[in-house]
Amino acid sequence: MTTTTKIALAGNPNSGKTTLFNHLTGSRQHVGNYPGVTVEKKEGVYNAHGKKVHIIDLPGTYSLTAYSEEEVVARDFLVTEKPQVVINIADAANLERNLYLSCQLFELGIPTVLALNMIDAARDRGITIDAARLEELLGLPVVPIIARSGQGTVELMDRAIAVAREPRTWQPVSISYGDDLDNLLLEMETEIETAAFLTDTYPARWTAIKYIESDQQIIAKGQACNPELAAELTARVAAVADHLQQTMDTYPEAVIADHRYGYIKSILKQGVIRQQFDPARLFASDRIDMVVTNRFLGPLIMVAVLLGLYHLTFTYGKPLQDVLTMVFGWLGAGVDHLLPAGHLKSLLVSGIIAGVGGVLSFVPLIMLMFAGIAVLEDSGYLARVAFMMDRVFRIFGLHGSSVMAYIISGGIAGGCAVPGVMATRTLRSPKERIATLLTAPLMNCGAKLPVLALLTGTFFTQNKAQFLFLLTLLAWVVALLMAKLLRSTVLRGASTPFVMELPPYRLPTFKGLAIHTWEKTWQYIRKAGTVILGISILLWAAMTFPGLPAEREAQFESQRQAIMQTHTADTTQVSQAALGTLTAARNLEALQHSLAGRLGIALEPLSRLAGFDWRTNIALVGGFAAKEVIISTLGTAYSLGETNPESSASLSQALAADPAWNPVTAMAGIVFIMFYAPCLVTVACIIREAGSWKWGLFSMAFNTAAAFALAVAIFQAGNAMGLGG
Amino acid sequence: MARIPLRKMKKNQSGTITAVKVGGEMGRRLREMGLVPGTVITVQGRAPLYDPVALRVLGSTLTLRNNEAEFIEIEVADLATDG
Repeated sequence: MTTTTKIALAGNPNSGKTTLFNHLTGSRQHVGNYPGVTVEKKEGVYNAHGKKVHIIDLPGTYSLTAYSEEEVVARDFLVTEKPQVVINIADAANLERNLYLSCQLFELGIPTVLALNMIDAARDRGITIDAARLEELLGLPVVPIIARSGQGTVELMDRAIAVAREPRTWQPVSISYGDDLDNLLLEMETEIETAAFLTDTYPARWTAIKYIESDQQIIAKGQACNPELAAELTARVAAVADHLQQTMDTYPEAVIADHRYGYIKSILKQGVIRQQFDPARLFASDRIDMVVTNRFLGPLIMVAVLLGLYHLTFTYGKPLQDVLTMVFGWLGAGVDHLLPAGHLKSLLVSGIIAGVGGVLSFVPLIMLMFAGIAVLEDSGYLARVAFMMDRVFRIFGLHGSSVMAYIISGGIAGGCAVPGVMATRTLRSPKERIATLLTAPLMNCGAKLPVLALLTGTFFTQNKAQFLFLLTLLAWVVALLMAKLLRSTVLRGASTPFVMELPPYRLPTFKGLAIHTWEKTWQYIRKAGTVILGISILLWAAMTFPGLPAEREAQFESQRQAIMQTHTADTTQVSQAALGTLTAARNLEALQHSLAGRLGIALEPLSRLAGFDWRTNIALVGGFAAKEVIISTLGTAYSLGETNPESSASLSQALAADPAWNPVTAMAGIVFIMFYAPCLVTVACIIREAGSWKWGLFSMAFNTAAAFALAVAIFQAGNAMGLGG
Repeated sequence: MARIPLRKMKKNQSGTITAVKVGGEMGRRLREMGLVPGTVITVQGRAPLYDPVALRVLGSTLTLRNNEAEFIEIEVADLATDG
């Protein structure tokens, strides 16, 4: 055995647990995932007078039931990894509720040190806590701290390490649950002990309590361990449950919760807490809420705040993104210059640099967006937004917190679905979360805008601005309806209870914001970067191979030579133009010949239903990689040579001149581009955030099918009404 | 003294929880947040569309949807108290 000290941090959300963790570990932390779930695993190292102490920040929970992934992860960690000590962080201003989780740690018997956090904020609210008295009553170290400033944390760690060094076994605390349940517990405990039922992992009484609480995880484990005893325990609990239902109209789990609170109250009553003010007194935070969540002012302030965040991100993020795009452009041009023509160069320039550069150029946007969200979240405002928007979003089977993901993804045209999908982490309920992250990419992100603007500018010149605004509204309507559809089919199920805390407003700390932002950004760079690298190469290969047959290449080369030969100083312009046309023709033919091109042509019979010819198909296939690619691929397909997305005037003319395009085709195209498969970076994020490949594939298939159905409907209806001209 | 569902309470009205009539996940969520018999709550306000409702419980503010508030029975001092 090594002698590394392992300490776990447990506590309610908003108890300042993460602040303490950041304070203790600084930059010496590592964020990963628990195997098989999307819950973050945060570990770090604390320097205790020169000795390293390993710290694990468990997910914030109110309880240790088996209802959420966070809770299961937290308690599995405690029983399987057996940290020497748990530091339980409790919000001093809200001690009674915070001790509910502590009770469950006591019942598990794991050595615990209680940290009373934000003791200063509690004092401001007129609450004084006698830590020494509480320590005496609970029989464990109690240390008042202020995690933000670090006050008391050295003492806390010294005491925790002292507990960790004591060689001792777990000592579960027995809480009385009233006559009915106490008798039952005693009997069950004996049976569990005798049969050594799960006792290698859990204390006997704890297992019995979990049976009474009908805890699914423990019941399943019991079934696997000893089906006979499991059945008997279940039957005993059912009998008492019946009795409780008949005599007191209550549930066993309700009795347990009531008695836990009773136990807490009995301790706190013995001179632990002194409350100077009336508990219903309004504090600064409540007064802010009177304005910020006011029926009329609330929504106005919310719109202003969200628009402000959005504006800030894109005003400062876009130029930085452009700089990065330019740098990768130079890099590409440099490599282009240095290497001889051939597949290696093409792979490096068009595949790797363009693909990875495309991903990395989003980094400034993502950083700013996350910094903004971190401010909103850490200050407590995000919870208010969820509170105000919940009624509307619930109609569509979503949650109040879904609004953030929608807005970031392009709810106010021009966002990006990548940070949008990542922002769904603030949602605690799994079904609503998946529905949100699958529908957020339907918004009009910044990469779709140039394409939409091009088509709008070419075919709906009359009211361009209004038309784009209508498209934004359309995105919202479709996203919400799709969410409703998902929540009534594949993600069917009752909504998760909205019981949520509105934490007091707090000024975010710079350290907290910096860690928060960097952590998320780095995850994006690392994960999306590796996935995208592979996929960019694949896509490049699809648009490059198989190459033109040698004789066609030879023909193009001889034509090029012919132009070069007739070239004289006077005819520079003429021959330059001729060379351009020739290169464009060659590129077009190469594209047609490639795998992507053949796919586009093969899809034509089907895509005709929506009015798309093979050229559009190739562009749309390219758009799977990134929506920015649509314009440049269309440019190639219309033999325009290099097409700059920002100045696509010639492409606009080519489309207007093509008889295959008319306002109806354009509308079908716009709708398809808005709603079909998210770009690959987004898909990579969906897979990561939803924790399964399944949802990534689903979003590609489902969105494309839905978008195609819409596009066909528009094209067919438009032509039937004779709008196709 | 009268017993009414939390849903019917008005802004700024206070009362003591007498029963939480729901089991399963919702029951658990309500109880772990301190919504158990004997707890004093005050309705702090409602969202712009009247739902969810914000409550003052044990020194913190919680939000509940109206259909969740339906399960909580409150003993209030005086029905005429108005916000």
